[in-house]
Amino acid sequence: MLGLTHGLAALLALAGLALALDGAVARSDRPISEEEWRLIRPLALDQLPAPPADPSNRVVEDPRAAVLGEALFFDARFSSSGTISCATCHVPEKGFQDGLRLGQGIGTTDRRTMPVAGIAHSPWLFWDGRKDSLWAQALGPLESAVEHGGDRTRYAHLVAAHYRESYETLFGALPALDHLPAAAGPVEEPAARAAWDSMTAKDRETVTHVFVNLGKAIAAYERRIGFGPSRFDRWVSAFSGDPAEAAGLLSADEFQGLKVFVGKGQCINCHNGPLFTDNHFHNTGVPPVAGMPADRGRAVGALHVREDPFNCLGPYSDAAPTDCAELRFMASTGEDMERAFKPPALRGGRRAAALHARRTVRHPARGPRPL
Amino acid sequence: MSSYAHPLRRWSLALAGLAVASTLAVAGCVMRTPPADLDLARSRSAEAGRYVVTVAPASDPIPLGSMHAWTVEIRTPDGQPVEAAKIVVDGGMPQHGHGLPSQPAVTRYLGDGLYALEGMKFTMPGWWVLEFDVEGKSGRDGVTFNLML
Repeated sequence: MLGLTHGLAALLALAGLALALDGAVARSDRPISEEEWRLIRPLALDQLPAPPADPSNRVVEDPRAAVLGEALFFDARFSSSGTISCATCHVPEKGFQDGLRLGQGIGTTDRRTMPVAGIAHSPWLFWDGRKDSLWAQALGPLESAVEHGGDRTRYAHLVAAHYRESYETLFGALPALDHLPAAAGPVEEPAARAAWDSMTAKDRETVTHVFVNLGKAIAAYERRIGFGPSRFDRWVSAFSGDPAEAAGLLSADEFQGLKVFVGKGQCINCHNGPLFTDNHFHNTGVPPVAGMPADRGRAVGALHVREDPFNCLGPYSDAAPTDCAELRFMASTGEDMERAFKPPALRGGRRAAALHARRTVRHPARGPRPL
Repeated sequence: MSSYAHPLRRWSLALAGLAVASTLAVAGCVMRTPPADLDLARSRSAEAGRYVVTVAPASDPIPLGSMHAWTVEIRTPDGQPVEAAKIVVDGGMPQHGHGLPSQPAVTRYLGDGLYALEGMKFTMPGWWVLEFDVEGKSGRDGVTFNLML
């Protein structure tokens, strides 16, 4: 088994790497093997291609949609209390995260807030991948009782009052909304749900289209949130040319952390590619947290995304079925799915990354032992 | 599923036992290095010799992290194309004990023994296996391919 000394050294080294992905300066001039370099080189940000197209969202590349989406992202009126916006948890100054153990909106969520930067590269959204597009993801928290706590007609009325012109430029004329309830939607809140059930099917459909378009505008904004080069990227760039120039960019601990990351730590099995995530789902063997609801991760997420009316194959998607390969060929059953979660992009996530390393670093040596 | 033993499960059990008994350094080394004699041929005779199966990715090198298509060619040992074969694909990473990240499927017959295989995806570098279960006019047979990404 892993000796205590080795374990501590590995942890310190990984913490060092997290620092290199985040800021500060130090030095190193140690050699690395060809195999290590083969694994390290693809991690650099210059290897990141443009995000894949999202045919399910016809406005995703439209800068006007991004402008509207940005305004919506920061607009706390889009919540039941008037105090919660997307940016409440996805704080730009904190790498679009909140640094909290659990997300805090109207209430408390059951999971940590996910980072947003670079998310357009992921085919699956949320820890369990229960959404398959950025726009479909954005709609979830808006209707969650513990996040924004709002509902569809509330949001449609807000668009009509505050964003009519920019909305109509992108999506055409807003439908008549005056006859609709102030608060109605397929949500937990009983009064809003009852009001929703009392609406005609046609009105529900009309309002849902407005709601979906909000998600598509927010997605257009989020798609543009990326990462700048870190000190790690500068080190890779220098090392690619003249290794002597790279000396001084990483400290000895950081350098050792990098070697553990691509070597015996096996972090790279899940955290590969320039965003340090394979965007897939893994059971790391970390036990459930006592007192929290049971969480089967991808095992349930895969079922949800298949049934989601907002998925790529659904009536609100702009994609042709042939564009929906991820969903059509999704692996959805088997023990690989149980308590499997998506590795978030590690860039800029120093604290969470160090914590995660502490919990999982010993696990791969024992072989996968799903819990 | 096919009637032949599932290689992934076999490997997983053996490796899990090995890993428990190993130090981190040794396990890391073992887990990283595939067998030295790994056969990377893209054209193979199936286990019972009923078919010759040839696989080809739509683009080479095989992309990491994105959906892409392959073709699967099924021929009899004497080179005749096999039509209307039922082909099921499975696979995974023997050294990590997990399956494929997607559920690829043969979606149509392209003619001349060629079939379109859609929904292929690989999420990490290393040793992957692709297992095909083929049921055609000569009966059922299985074949496994090794890939190094």
